[in-house]
Amino acid sequence: MTVQASTPTQSHEQMSAPPHPFREFWGYFSANKGAVAGLVFISILVFCILFADLIAPYGFSGSNTDIRLTPPVWQEGGSFAHILGTDAIGRDMFSRLIYGTRYSLAIGAMVVALSIIVGTTLGLVAGFARGMVETVILRVMDIILTLPSLLLALVIVAILGSGLYNAVIAVAVVILPHYVRLVRASVITETAKDYVTAARVAGAGRLRLMFREVLPNCLAPLIVQASLGMSTAILDTAALGFLGLGAQPPLPEWGTMLADAREFIGADYWWVVTLPGIAILLTVVAFNLLGDGLRDALDPKLKS
Amino acid sequence: MIRFIFTRLSLIIPTFIGLTLAAFFLIRLVPGDPIETLAGERGISPERHAQLLAEYGLDQPLIVQYGYYIQRLFHGDLGQSIVTNTSVWTEFKTLFPATLELAICAMIFALVIGLPAGVFAALRRNTIVDQGVMGGALIGYSMPIFWWGLLLIMLFSNTLGWTPVNGRISVMYFFEPVTGFMLIDSLLSGEEGAFASAASHLVLPAVVLGTVPLAVIARMTRSSMLEVLGEDYIRTARAKGLPAYRVIALHALRNALIPVVTVIGLQIGVLMTGAILTEYVFSWPGVGTWLLQAIMRRDYPVLQGGILLIGCMVMLINLLVDLAYSFINPRIRSSR
Amino acid sequence: MALLEIENLSVEFPTRAGTVYAVEGMTMKLDQGEILGVVGESGSGKSMTMLALMGLVPFPGKIRADKLMFNGHNLLTISERERRKIIGKDVAMIFQEPTTSLNPCFTIGFQLAETLKFHEGMSSKQARNRAIELLEQVGIPAPEGRLKAFPHQLSGGMNQRVMIAMAIACNPKFLIADEPTTALDVTIQAQILNLLTSLQRDRNMAMVLITHNMGVVAETAHRMMVMYAGQIMEEATASDLFNRPQHPYTNALLAALPERAVGGRLATIPGVVPGLADRPKGCLFSPRCQFATDRCVAERPDLSLWQHGSLRCFYPLGDAEREQKIKTDHLIGAEANQ
Repeated sequence: MTVQASTPTQSHEQMSAPPHPFREFWGYFSANKGAVAGLVFISILVFCILFADLIAPYGFSGSNTDIRLTPPVWQEGGSFAHILGTDAIGRDMFSRLIYGTRYSLAIGAMVVALSIIVGTTLGLVAGFARGMVETVILRVMDIILTLPSLLLALVIVAILGSGLYNAVIAVAVVILPHYVRLVRASVITETAKDYVTAARVAGAGRLRLMFREVLPNCLAPLIVQASLGMSTAILDTAALGFLGLGAQPPLPEWGTMLADAREFIGADYWWVVTLPGIAILLTVVAFNLLGDGLRDALDPKLKS
Repeated sequence: MIRFIFTRLSLIIPTFIGLTLAAFFLIRLVPGDPIETLAGERGISPERHAQLLAEYGLDQPLIVQYGYYIQRLFHGDLGQSIVTNTSVWTEFKTLFPATLELAICAMIFALVIGLPAGVFAALRRNTIVDQGVMGGALIGYSMPIFWWGLLLIMLFSNTLGWTPVNGRISVMYFFEPVTGFMLIDSLLSGEEGAFASAASHLVLPAVVLGTVPLAVIARMTRSSMLEVLGEDYIRTARAKGLPAYRVIALHALRNALIPVVTVIGLQIGVLMTGAILTEYVFSWPGVGTWLLQAIMRRDYPVLQGGILLIGCMVMLINLLVDLAYSFINPRIRSSR
Repeated sequence: MALLEIENLSVEFPTRAGTVYAVEGMTMKLDQGEILGVVGESGSGKSMTMLALMGLVPFPGKIRADKLMFNGHNLLTISERERRKIIGKDVAMIFQEPTTSLNPCFTIGFQLAETLKFHEGMSSKQARNRAIELLEQVGIPAPEGRLKAFPHQLSGGMNQRVMIAMAIACNPKFLIADEPTTALDVTIQAQILNLLTSLQRDRNMAMVLITHNMGVVAETAHRMMVMYAGQIMEEATASDLFNRPQHPYTNALLAALPERAVGGRLATIPGVVPGLADRPKGCLFSPRCQFATDRCVAERPDLSLWQHGSLRCFYPLGDAEREQKIKTDHLIGAEANQ
């Protein structure tokens, strides 16, 4: 991108053009070291999702009891064959953690995407329809918020049956109210503004108003909420996995890995318990850092 | 003030009705009809099936059934567990104090550490102290607490041997519950060492459950405090020549607490989510473990009653927090 | 000996772009029973000078001065503890926004009694009685009932009266009123000013009245000080300043008063107060001064005695050889300067 030189000969329109929105955003965002660190870490994880087959030295399943519970390489008895050691049935921890990104992170992304699509639609409908429809949607969201998030997810899984994809639906429902409320609030503030009235006067249809005028304007808070929602989604899916109601073994979902490791907290096999948790923690921290950074960058008014 | 309470109550009622609807329809979303569900895997003969359907009023239209359900609710009948055949309310009543005790201790832990940490970070803004507190808070609210529990057990129970691994009290002690709170009951029992045992069982679960609220409270207190410290009335308080501790601990903190109380209210739901996981990790015999077992055993009446009770409890606590909020914020107290 | 002596006071704020001066080279004296009016546009450092005196400069501001004496105390070397015994007792300050300057969480009575208990060591009962007395003095009807009121339940005017009651609670020797009437209704403004001057007269307090409204101080102040961008531009007795302004800036300010408008058009001063970055090397007012010369741009005038007062200008308006001097130094004026 080149810097636009504003010389007096340029037309008025060009002169008053603000810096490209993305550059302005990047200026704020890149000043926040934590957010950049979060973004870098998430990029590495995305790389792992895409190329897990190339990075991981072994597959995520397939047991070998001869080498079960090998400690990590820096500890006595460890070897470079399994740098982070092996689990109770001899599977390579490092490979499982790498493959785990496909279940923990990618699943989190699916949850958030599902929730945003449904939530945005409901929010737009509530904001535009008002009246009875709005009341019903909001009341339902209130009820969802009244129940503790994990309990509701558990109940949904109990109805649908356990498994990875039912867990996705359950967690998506749980984080739904945030998006509905956010979009509806944006719709109501935006529709009160003059430019929407102008568009309406100009004959724009309702759908056009929704998607071309209003939605782009509530994108910024939605992006922030999506990033923060990722951390909730990852934590909740991991919790379901840990309770045995999410991803089922032998899938290397990090929460499920912890469930398997639970019986080893008594013995000296710390790595089986510690490593998946660290993976979850770091990923959630990264998304929270990213979310905070996005919020500050997209909405400088909120900066404290 | 009275009007304020009534406004709040009137907002709760639709949510309560919605909650009963949710609890009522939940059991009907499960594949198969309730009788099959109740009968479980044992199966049931078609004649008996039809008879039971009529007996439970299940052959009537849904709306009528819902009416019966509400009627039973008002008589305090929440149904019976399929597994134990005990009434849901009785089971809840015996287990709830354990969860409450855990939650209260967790909240106390979160407040005792979170509030001062937030205030301290605000006063030392942009220093190492501030960054340390905020970094800790970031890790705190990003924490997968089931893992955190395992980690603490691994360290304190297994490696160091300081605390017991699970349960509420050592099996050495037995006494009739009076309040349901083990800490109090162990003192009332007069048995030597009982209180110490109860307390040592409680420490780790309370710390684990309190971690996320602690982090959120510290963050909120810091930002609220920073905002308040820039207010005109703080300048006035300093212009009066008051000592710094009084300006901060009285004039600033009193105002900074107002948004913090709201956040504490929002943490109640988070606390219940945490309680399920914490109780599972520490085998704590509370409502969380109970519900989890109900899910594993497909004990739908328990699940139905449990959702309703916990939903009501969260609403009740939110109401109390609202009242507390209006109490500490004079602008609301007198203007409504 | 003067009650208050300030010599060469600066308030600096370190920023990324370098040090920013909110107040620069401020020198002043104040005697007991005297009212000093300080006028200037927003951001001219009027309030900051007084906050520096009170030790209330907001973070990360720093104070530098050759002398900062109040009532025999050296405020530069005094301990924080000693300062707190003076602040709020011998020096008191009232602020622009009465409603936000009172703590919303505490009653009027509590906030009044707090000062009394802390500085005078009164018991709760004594403090309560004194608080009622004070509220009566500042003209609040039914003061006993008001003790339990919260600030949001009172009007702005009432709250300012409470602030004044709080300020005079310990019989201060020196009262700083920082734009006490700006946030109030026009009808209330005169009442509050009258209250302040009558309290000042009765108690023989020294008073600094900060305002950006010349009209407010015209009848009240004994002496006047005009500030611009952190510096004193002119200082003189009130009547001298109003009748024979010597500094072009003072003159322009007076010309901008609505009651002095000639021919139906209100005079304005072109341009704005220099910001933090574009502070001129020479006279701070030179970019906006219609009489600015090459010398004004190159060199900053000192505050020097001139006739009845002192001012910071090479070409005082009362100088007989003024026109000649300006011509010699090459007039450029405000427009060409920008």
